[in-house]
Amino acid sequence: MSIDNSTVKKVAKLARIEINEEEETTLITELNNILGWVDELKQVNTDSVEPMLSVFNESMQMREDKAESNFENSQILDNSPESNSGFFVVPKVVE
Amino acid sequence: MNDFENLSISSAIEGLANKNFTSLELTEFFIKKIEKNKDLNCFITSTFDKAIEMAKISDQKIKENETRPLEGIPIGMKDLFCTNGVRTTAGSKILENFIPFYESTVSNNLWDSGAIMLGKTNMDEFAMGSANTTSFFGNVKNPLGLKVNKELVPGGSSGGSASAVSSGLCLGSTGSDTGGSIRQPASFCGLVGLKPTYGRCSRFGMIAFASSLDQAGPITKTVEDSALMLQAMVSFDKRDSTSSRQSIPDFSDFKKLSIKGKRIGIPKEYMIDGLNSDIKKIWDSGISWFKREGAEILEISLPHTKSALPTYYIIAPAEASANLARYDGIRYGFRHNADDLNDLYQKTRGFGFGKEVKRRLMIGTYVLSAGYYDAYYLKALKVRKLISQDFEDAFQKCDLILTPTTPNVAFAIGEKQTNPIEMYLNDVLTVPASLAGLPAISVPSGFNSEKLPIGLQLIGKPFDEISVLAAGAVIEESRGF
Repeated sequence: MSIDNSTVKKVAKLARIEINEEEETTLITELNNILGWVDELKQVNTDSVEPMLSVFNESMQMREDKAESNFENSQILDNSPESNSGFFVVPKVVE
Repeated sequence: MNDFENLSISSAIEGLANKNFTSLELTEFFIKKIEKNKDLNCFITSTFDKAIEMAKISDQKIKENETRPLEGIPIGMKDLFCTNGVRTTAGSKILENFIPFYESTVSNNLWDSGAIMLGKTNMDEFAMGSANTTSFFGNVKNPLGLKVNKELVPGGSSGGSASAVSSGLCLGSTGSDTGGSIRQPASFCGLVGLKPTYGRCSRFGMIAFASSLDQAGPITKTVEDSALMLQAMVSFDKRDSTSSRQSIPDFSDFKKLSIKGKRIGIPKEYMIDGLNSDIKKIWDSGISWFKREGAEILEISLPHTKSALPTYYIIAPAEASANLARYDGIRYGFRHNADDLNDLYQKTRGFGFGKEVKRRLMIGTYVLSAGYYDAYYLKALKVRKLISQDFEDAFQKCDLILTPTTPNVAFAIGEKQTNPIEMYLNDVLTVPASLAGLPAISVPSGFNSEKLPIGLQLIGKPFDEISVLAAGAVIEESRGF
């Protein structure tokens, strides 16, 4: 599996990370090295092995379907880079 | 003037109870020491006013005989735990100005036990690193570097926490361990680092890296201190869906537990190429100490050990790429201005995240993307099952597993930076227990020829922290320092 310019660009876009040309070149080498290294897992026989998503094996308990809010709207907005009249502000998204 | 230099948590508790000194005196001592040692860069944010206020409350409680378990004990809090009203950065530019309005369960439990917060300790950005060289707030230095006239790394990701305890800037500190981030820095700084069983400590309010692996734990000078801090940190928490309902023992019971007759497994696969010869020697010494205490030593096999690190470097970045999607520059944290929304996301994350974080987010995104999910992510989940199964099989034959914590001692800042995999190899001996969610401790066990500390790791059965602590205490008593 080899990673080229277009793959790095595509992945960066999916991850919503802007990268410059220099970063792109470095990432091609680094990602190829890392993915080449993890490729050794292909040699492990995993036929009929169940994937393990978590080590946690206690049953999760259901809770009542009730909304709980312990916070004020203003507390939440205090950390936002830009807010107005109780709302988060983002660049215009409709033409 | 009291000599606070060599205090442990347990001896400080005794001193406070006997009224040899007050918590305020103790706290002021550490504040001065932190100010004198700023060059180590252990703390991102100090909370001295808060510490003094907390110390005064503790002194009042002691006076009124209402002492809580960690009453008046000054500690460092890894900057991964959200603290109400106190800036919490996870070592990242993207959270440089983030001030939580809620408290993590682990930190809340510690304050409820009477512990005092001196500040928020430095760490690798989002806990991604093994040398504390990825923090936006700069490298942390290992105080033991002075011994060899080098600038040594403290290990990572809980590097600020480990360096602070090692240099005596606080009595204990919290860490978080995803693949070795408590045990490896503890080993590099000559300290005890305990990662409890997955689910013991609540993850609520702990900034997420890889949710199926992240687990909080203490970094302390002694095994007894480790038990004391752990006791205060653990709890069942309904706000964490993987918080365990298992009953919580009195961890100090480790003192009553004899290692005599216990079966200690030595996994042959941990005898890796490149294991430092001094570390190999200390591992052999460890084996002889347990023999002398009447434990039965047996060779065991964990056949998939070699696959653990590659498995980890698929699963952890994959989970991170999902967890860190929340940093969008809109609700909190750093924002880079842009003309449209997509550009805002991309610039915010491009400028807000450091190199190592971006690298891992790219890997994580790639292994989860269409066409590669089965080949990488699903495959890694299956190998994780095999690694976990190896431990289950081994624990049919033995009660504990003894290994080195790291393949090498602390290295110089700037070393192992030529390619990322070289840095990742630091975690080769700690990652398997993380993938299996098992409790594991690193205990200082000896020194290399340069007098730099070497830690041995003990891995236990799920929820058997008591045996892990008891075996750790055997090392403490046997090592001869």
